[in-house]
Amino acid sequence: MSLILDHVNYSYGDDTALAVHALKDVNLVIPDGQFIGLIGHTGSGKSTLVQHLNGLLKPTSGAIYYNGEDIHDKDYDKKNLRSKVGLVFQYPEHQLFEIDVFKDVCFGPKNLGLFQKETELRAYAALKQVGIEDEYFYQSPFDLSGGQKRRVAIAGVLAMKPEILVLDEPTAGLDPRGRDEILDQIAKLKEETGITVILVSHSMEDVARYVERIIVMNQGSVLYDDTPREVFQHYRELEQVGLAAPQVTYIMQALAKKGMKVDPAATTIAEAVEEILKAL
Amino acid sequence: MGIIKTDKLTFEYIRRDEEGNVEGITRAVDEVDLDVKQGDFIAILGHNGSGKSTLAKHINAILYPTEGTVWVDGMDTQDENHLWDIRSEAGMVFQNPDNQIIGQVVEEDVGFGPENMGVPTKEIWERVEESLKAVGMYEYRKHSPNKLSGGQKQRVSIAGVIAMHPKCIILDEPTAMLDPNGRKEVIRAVRALNDVEGITVVLITHYMEEIIHADMVYVMDKGRIAMEGTPREIFSRVEELQDLRLDVPQVTLLAYELKQRGVNLPDGILTIEELVAALSGLKGA
Repeated sequence: MSLILDHVNYSYGDDTALAVHALKDVNLVIPDGQFIGLIGHTGSGKSTLVQHLNGLLKPTSGAIYYNGEDIHDKDYDKKNLRSKVGLVFQYPEHQLFEIDVFKDVCFGPKNLGLFQKETELRAYAALKQVGIEDEYFYQSPFDLSGGQKRRVAIAGVLAMKPEILVLDEPTAGLDPRGRDEILDQIAKLKEETGITVILVSHSMEDVARYVERIIVMNQGSVLYDDTPREVFQHYRELEQVGLAAPQVTYIMQALAKKGMKVDPAATTIAEAVEEILKAL
Repeated sequence: MGIIKTDKLTFEYIRRDEEGNVEGITRAVDEVDLDVKQGDFIAILGHNGSGKSTLAKHINAILYPTEGTVWVDGMDTQDENHLWDIRSEAGMVFQNPDNQIIGQVVEEDVGFGPENMGVPTKEIWERVEESLKAVGMYEYRKHSPNKLSGGQKQRVSIAGVIAMHPKCIILDEPTAMLDPNGRKEVIRAVRALNDVEGITVVLITHYMEEIIHADMVYVMDKGRIAMEGTPREIFSRVEELQDLRLDVPQVTLLAYELKQRGVNLPDGILTIEELVAALSGLKGA
């Protein structure tokens, strides 16, 4: 069970003077159950890449295999693929529309053609997974806070029971606690269900804290694909492509330079605390 | 009186159900007193729904107080005769750059504000030039805004505000949608406006490390000002901030956690240099 991108290229406006080569020879294997961070500056190809994962865009050349099958074969069931690879776009709360929270989350599974009972069971489970309490189920989604709305929108995708969940900047515009709450829920969800999570983010701190693997995109190509420790070691190169390392990495680098015996590759506060205590 | 002053500023709105019946009244801003000196850099923090954007919208007369008064450069925002003066003296920049850019070419977009104020053509071009230079976007003046990165677009939005020669500029989460580089560019441009041009800045943000250089920080909760002080004073109160759904910069948090574990460090460390100096001092001792 995995998603494989094999020499994927994609151009916008091919055959015109304005052609843009948005993805260049991207090769990735996304196995089951990984928590992956996808980073890159604005325009680096992250969103184009993400839209290939469930067949919204078709590669100009190259192929994408889901569980061994080419998703662009003419007999391939794309509708099924879209329920298996769930995409949560930026500001997903703008897509809420139903008269109450529960109905909104039912919309996806209902459209898969499931029976009402199954639809409702899934909606209930999905709302629980994102931490929305029963008391909100029959409220209008528009009366909720920003963070709650966003969690309802994520539940709408979870109710389709995806095997891969892709979240495009799920914390943009949320206050720090709201940010932590959503990411904690997602981490817990991943632990409990073994779902693969791909987190597209501009926050290096968040990525360092939650994911086990980082894919760095630059100008349509994969620049790095490694653990956070390894990727953030390249903080100078990351800066050159519009990114950065978490502040902690810079602190550890500065301390190491001063002669303190700390691991300069620590990327989270928890690691840094232990390292500094050891060195003092 | 400072450039921005509020006296018991209160803003209420009426909640209605689907039939239009009154369900209740929400007090989004509750008796806020502010006094901002010309040339200050102030930051407003607060969780989602704490009232900070509602407060900001009073400063350039997008909203009017239910009770209390707001003065911008001595002008009462409820006085309709001053409306246009207030809007040109207090410029606003919002979160999403795509909603704020209307021109087909960068320099046209920046000229839109002064043109609407009836500034003579020759002076419009002078203002466009100086504004774009102030945010470091002059070399992009002939570009289409569509082709710019988020940080560049946001700097063009800021230039559009500066071209109106405001005395203060209010930025409501200007970096929320940007990548790390875009955030850096925008904050650098905003700080330069404040340092070099002396423009008063009111910055609303959820990124704590953006405001460590502010003169004053106000933290809002339930429409009130819950905490106020210098960044050092505010960020020394880690637990209170966390209770208000906020955060401190990573370096401050690291110092705090080390302190909890018995390391002798001062409160409110704000920069990497401070932490490194404090720690190497300990090591030497």
